[in-house]
Amino acid sequence: MPTLNINGKDIPVHADESTPILWALRDTLGMTGTKFGCGAALCGACTVHLNGAAIRSCVTPISAAMGQKITTIEAVAADRVGKAVQEAWVKHDVAQCGYCQSGQVMSATALLKAKAKPTNADIDTAMAGNICRCGTYVRIRAAIKDAALALA
Amino acid sequence: MYSNSMTSDIAEQLPKGLQAPMHKAQDATKNGATAALQRRSFLKVATASGFALGAFPLLAQAQTAAPATASAAAASSLKPTQQPSAFVRIDPDGTVTVTINRLDFGQGVQTGLPMILAEELDADWRLVKSQHGNADPAYVDPAFGMHLTGGSGSIKNSYTQYRELGARTRAMLVSAAAAQWGVDAGSLRTRQGVVIGPGGKRLGYGELAEAAMKLPVPETVTLKDPKQFRIIGKPTGRLDARAKSSGGQNYGIDVRLPGMLTAVVAHPPVFAGKVKSLDDAAARAIPGVKAVLRVPLDRGGEGVAVVADGYWAAKQGRDALKVDWDTSGVEKVDSAQQLVSYRALAQKTGALKYNADVSKLAAAPKKISAEFVFPYLAHAPMEPLNCTVQLSGQGADARAELWLGTQMPGLDTLAASKVLGVAPQNVKMNVQMAGGGFGRRAIASSDYVVEACNVAKAARAAGLMAAVRTLWSREDDIRGGYYRPMHLHRAEIGFDAQGDILAWDHVIVGQSIVGGTPFEGFMVKDGVDTTMVEGMKEPYDIPMRLSVHHPKLNVPVLWWRSVGSTHTAYVMETLIDEIARSTGQDPVAYRLKQFGSKHPRHTAALQLAVNKSGYGKRTLAPGRAWGVAVHESFNTVIAYVVEASVKDNTPVLHGITAGVHCNLAINPTSIEAQIQGAALMGLSMCLPGAAITLKDGVVEQSNFGDFPVPRITDMPAVAVFIVPSADAPTGLGEPGLPPLAPAFANAVARLTGKTPRALPFKLA
Repeated sequence: MPTLNINGKDIPVHADESTPILWALRDTLGMTGTKFGCGAALCGACTVHLNGAAIRSCVTPISAAMGQKITTIEAVAADRVGKAVQEAWVKHDVAQCGYCQSGQVMSATALLKAKAKPTNADIDTAMAGNICRCGTYVRIRAAIKDAALALA
Repeated sequence: MYSNSMTSDIAEQLPKGLQAPMHKAQDATKNGATAALQRRSFLKVATASGFALGAFPLLAQAQTAAPATASAAAASSLKPTQQPSAFVRIDPDGTVTVTINRLDFGQGVQTGLPMILAEELDADWRLVKSQHGNADPAYVDPAFGMHLTGGSGSIKNSYTQYRELGARTRAMLVSAAAAQWGVDAGSLRTRQGVVIGPGGKRLGYGELAEAAMKLPVPETVTLKDPKQFRIIGKPTGRLDARAKSSGGQNYGIDVRLPGMLTAVVAHPPVFAGKVKSLDDAAARAIPGVKAVLRVPLDRGGEGVAVVADGYWAAKQGRDALKVDWDTSGVEKVDSAQQLVSYRALAQKTGALKYNADVSKLAAAPKKISAEFVFPYLAHAPMEPLNCTVQLSGQGADARAELWLGTQMPGLDTLAASKVLGVAPQNVKMNVQMAGGGFGRRAIASSDYVVEACNVAKAARAAGLMAAVRTLWSREDDIRGGYYRPMHLHRAEIGFDAQGDILAWDHVIVGQSIVGGTPFEGFMVKDGVDTTMVEGMKEPYDIPMRLSVHHPKLNVPVLWWRSVGSTHTAYVMETLIDEIARSTGQDPVAYRLKQFGSKHPRHTAALQLAVNKSGYGKRTLAPGRAWGVAVHESFNTVIAYVVEASVKDNTPVLHGITAGVHCNLAINPTSIEAQIQGAALMGLSMCLPGAAITLKDGVVEQSNFGDFPVPRITDMPAVAVFIVPSADAPTGLGEPGLPPLAPAFANAVARLTGKTPRALPFKLA
């Protein structure tokens, strides 16, 4: 049985190593904060961190993450940057239906971890893989800038 | 979502065909469901707060359990939709939980409706929570008399309802305090969750709730003067903002039940196709797969469900199926041929909506002859369609429990009842927060609900007793039909040098959305589907002949956010603009002249957007142009002034200034969000690739790669301004969409000299 390090804990996963991390999280472990949107790395709803970088868990098999550190939306607030991003998301009332926002928060956190003072172009580039059908992009941009300021 | 037309055709105009099943279901569930509501509320109180007393739900129970009491008599004339017990729970700690009678799928009624109730209740907003209702009779739309989230009607139709609910609750709390203090209720006042008495004595709502519940529910209440509002009108963050920013919000797809199974269904490649032969050996060999089941599908089709212990195994199982499909008896639509046949139909006058004299066309000094083409569009909500079904019991005791995001839980209950052979009162709907919808979850055929019920039924017959979640892949969603219909418009317009319109002859071709549904009876008039022509002509005073053709095709169609206005606004607002420009008039001035004194809300919205944008005053950067459009849908008027350019033959939208007239603004934060989002969905219609097409009956797109939707890189700056008003509020979920594409197109026309007449934009 494969073991994954998720949010700082080694967790045995009753699933084949070829199973995408998304379904190990959602169906095997019951961690439903990470969302299914497209199954093809096209929408970003399933974004988690692998060693701090944003990846699409719907196309990343368990085998690719063994021995590495996975962080999901459930634990991102334990991180200083993740916490700041979440607070900015609340302050700017970003969410509408909210379904994509777990992935948006994870992508934004990865961006600010890699680049503390992102330009507008940096933000658009980093967030271009995350679709929001409700169209919350204006507030996503504002929240990321605000989180960067709060962290400075 | 429902059409504009429906908002004016309220309850009494519901068709007999729709009334009958609705009333039957309500009668059947009246006693059982009301009792169930009380039981559930009671349990919730007992388990959630640890107190079995001190909460309003007990009120209803006390009243119906002891009908001889004065309180029961007092409450008896109130409808379930007017009973505070169904909508307000006050815990001993003062927490106020408001039940919303709509689906929240992003539009913000989860917060807006509680704001309205809390206003009249004089609640402490920091202690207000919100929860979804279900298919109980209390939660019907009070205007339509059915369970419905649509037509941008949640706030509009429930504004007075929720105010009265709040005021009734407040009156009962005040009476309870008066009794406790032995003073006249009229001497008391309330403030932020507290009743204040003589000498500054105070009792919190939480302390009074138990006593208040025993009092009669007042039938008439006095509502506040809007000048006294302190919650309504204040920019307010969503009650679920934190949950939705931390992965803590559950949706239908997140429901987890003991031993729950997941089904993925192989749908036929052509709508209504059937299974000719099936080889499921490889699918059954996949670890985790529990069953492979042939199931009936929507429109008389047939599919194959793979049931497994999770989505991944079910999906792999489906991919391993070898299905030979029988599509011999079904029509195979081809988009290119469809366009040819629509074009031919548009040459003939169809069923008439307007029949003005257009004889002045021939001799008119100036003419426009135009054809517009709009493709099928998928809703593509971010949460893929899903429905979880748990079956139990046998025969007359058969029960079903469903978990799903739906805009019409009442109709879905009836559909589930029919498919499962379970009495309607034994079908329990658990309405879940939904990850978007845009109309896809308001479906008269209940297609995804019926499919999930058929899968659960077949699974149970195969010996699987656990709940079954039927979950669509994104490919199932994009290829699954129920699209915004393809349309072709043909316009012949004659006008003079002053831009006065002499005659306008117009034909629209497109499938009827409501034809063949229970809504047909009152939404199709004289052969015209009113959802297809809404947004035509008004507010312009035009001698128009408008007729329609509704061909029947083997492609399921449905309302898509803002319904008919998705195409009529584009046609009207680009043509009006063209008439203005071709007669040397400023498009804003021309529109204001047309609105005259008859359309003050249009005028106010447009002037606000014009003033705030700097239109006509501010010099634009080289290569940029202004574009303007105004449109009323669902009783709300939106004006957009946009700034655009064309780069490498591709139109680019840089900025949007919105003038919004929705009467009283309940929550400006939410209004701004709805305009930002609806504008972007309007822009989505213009972007390259935004079309669903068919070849040999098969949908050619499958996922966000070939059916692109806007990304952050497409998002322009948006500035939203609201016209001040104290009139009763109108809707906001849809009206922000229609005028965006024509405003953008009008800017493109100024830059290129040519209005794009097909969506998505294709510049030669």
